[in-house]
Amino acid sequence: MRGHALGRCPLTNLFEVFIFLAWSVALIYMLVGPVYRLSLMGAFTAPLVVLLQTFALLAPIDAPQTAKLPANPWLEFHASISLVAYGAFALAGIAGVMYLVQERQLKTHQLRSIFYYLPPLTDLFGAITRLLWCGFALYTLGLLSGFFVGQPLPTAQVICAIAVWLLYAAILQGRHLRRLAPRWVAALCIIGFSAALTLLWGITFTAQMAPR
Amino acid sequence: MNLFCVGLSHHTTNVETRECFAGNAETDCVLRQAGCAEALLLSTCNRVEVYVAAQMRVPTEKIARCLGRDTNNQTWEQMPAFYRYEGAECAQHLFRVAAGLDSMVVGETEIFGQAKKAYEAARKSGAAGPGLHRLFQRAFRVAKQVRTQTEITRGAVSVGSVAVDLAGKIFGDLAKCKVLVLGAGETSERTARALISRGISDLRVSNRSGERAENLAQLVGARAVPFQQWPEQCREIDILITSTSSDVPLLAKENLAPVLRERVDRPLFIIDIAVPRNADPEVNQLEDVYLYDIDSLRSIAEQSLVLRHQQIAAAEAIIAQHVTKFGESISGGLNSDTGPVEHPVSEAALPASEL
Repeated sequence: MRGHALGRCPLTNLFEVFIFLAWSVALIYMLVGPVYRLSLMGAFTAPLVVLLQTFALLAPIDAPQTAKLPANPWLEFHASISLVAYGAFALAGIAGVMYLVQERQLKTHQLRSIFYYLPPLTDLFGAITRLLWCGFALYTLGLLSGFFVGQPLPTAQVICAIAVWLLYAAILQGRHLRRLAPRWVAALCIIGFSAALTLLWGITFTAQMAPR
Repeated sequence: MNLFCVGLSHHTTNVETRECFAGNAETDCVLRQAGCAEALLLSTCNRVEVYVAAQMRVPTEKIARCLGRDTNNQTWEQMPAFYRYEGAECAQHLFRVAAGLDSMVVGETEIFGQAKKAYEAARKSGAAGPGLHRLFQRAFRVAKQVRTQTEITRGAVSVGSVAVDLAGKIFGDLAKCKVLVLGAGETSERTARALISRGISDLRVSNRSGERAENLAQLVGARAVPFQQWPEQCREIDILITSTSSDVPLLAKENLAPVLRERVDRPLFIIDIAVPRNADPEVNQLEDVYLYDIDSLRSIAEQSLVLRHQQIAAAEAIIAQHVTKFGESISGGLNSDTGPVEHPVSEAALPASEL
């Protein structure tokens, strides 16, 4: 509805960005969950979606647009594809949390109730790897399309975006060369998503504050 | 209609006695000739029980003689003490049996399948009619509810099954796993068999005595590997079961670390069931290595058993609710002499959802 009212993809302020991100996470989960039979992932995904939605609804971030922005297909493509990539990174982070919980129990021999519900380690790690590749490909596409939006790009945002890209590239390269143990990959997925989320906040917040 | 059960179980008799009263395929029919309108025989390694629906009272002795193989020369006093549960107690007993509460290992689920099989056999032969149909369908519902709403079936309770469960939680599909059994002892054999039962096909056996390795390999359908080659095998295997009688640890952090660097990207699960242990406990500190010795496996099995016992009260509460509901669902109540007499119905007459 908001997209219809704006006449463009509803990604004009932080509120819309967080709602879009929550939907991206849910979308990627619906694609990944059944494929890898990681049904319990839903129990981890739902709180993140609720958190994102609640934050978007409660925080005073829904700044209304005073002037109707002109449609820019490159900008809309860049923003939407980047957010879907964030959705994949979020799911990789969630799978990372599940992996670390399961791995810790197996290492310490302390099996709690959740142990019997969590998927096997190798399945979880397979899902993490594919989600990382999927998110990385989409993020690269989003990053490249950012150079075609036809607007001057703030240097700080470009540097941060490239830093996140490099972080995920390093995780994937480390895994490819077998320099990173699965446990570290899982931990870095959580760190990576936290960094990406902070960056997203920064980009949207500065864009919102910038004089038009 | 009187609803009752008569039987012997692992609680009351030993296996030698139970096998003398195990009944046979004809027992249901024999019982019906003895005056039972409906009869169902549940015979497992831990129990021999007959569930009966009858218009009149059938003495326990008569039923016991139908079950016994050679009881003609025995007086009733010489025969073992059969238990008998009537009406609501009978329903409660069956619900407890189907839910695994009366089993030797509390919470085991095999009995559920055995009860279903027994019911199917009796239904097909026409020995079970509407009375037993209602009773057993309710029992299956109760068992499923107990299984899903309590943690009575949670975790494995034997060393072998704990090892298999852990392997499943590390690798998922065990069919693709490669297993090396180091040492050809009885415990290795049992654990190897437990893994084979979960679909493992690539099994290798290595032992100081090549002959024993060959023998075990033949016994479990594996291939023997010379003892000198077992360290190289660690490069490609997923699960290592060690049970050699070596006095010094065969596996140490220092000698396993270089091998791990060459491994294909998969975890290594080491099950050390030897005493003294074959693997140095520090091996567990290596990335992607999960080491379990006999004590840690036993401890998990015991924890599961304790958890199961803690769930008994919750399971009994579910059963009590169903016993009451079952009593109410039968018109005239259980064991009512004034209730309508029901005759066994054919398979087609039973609702499809309950078959």
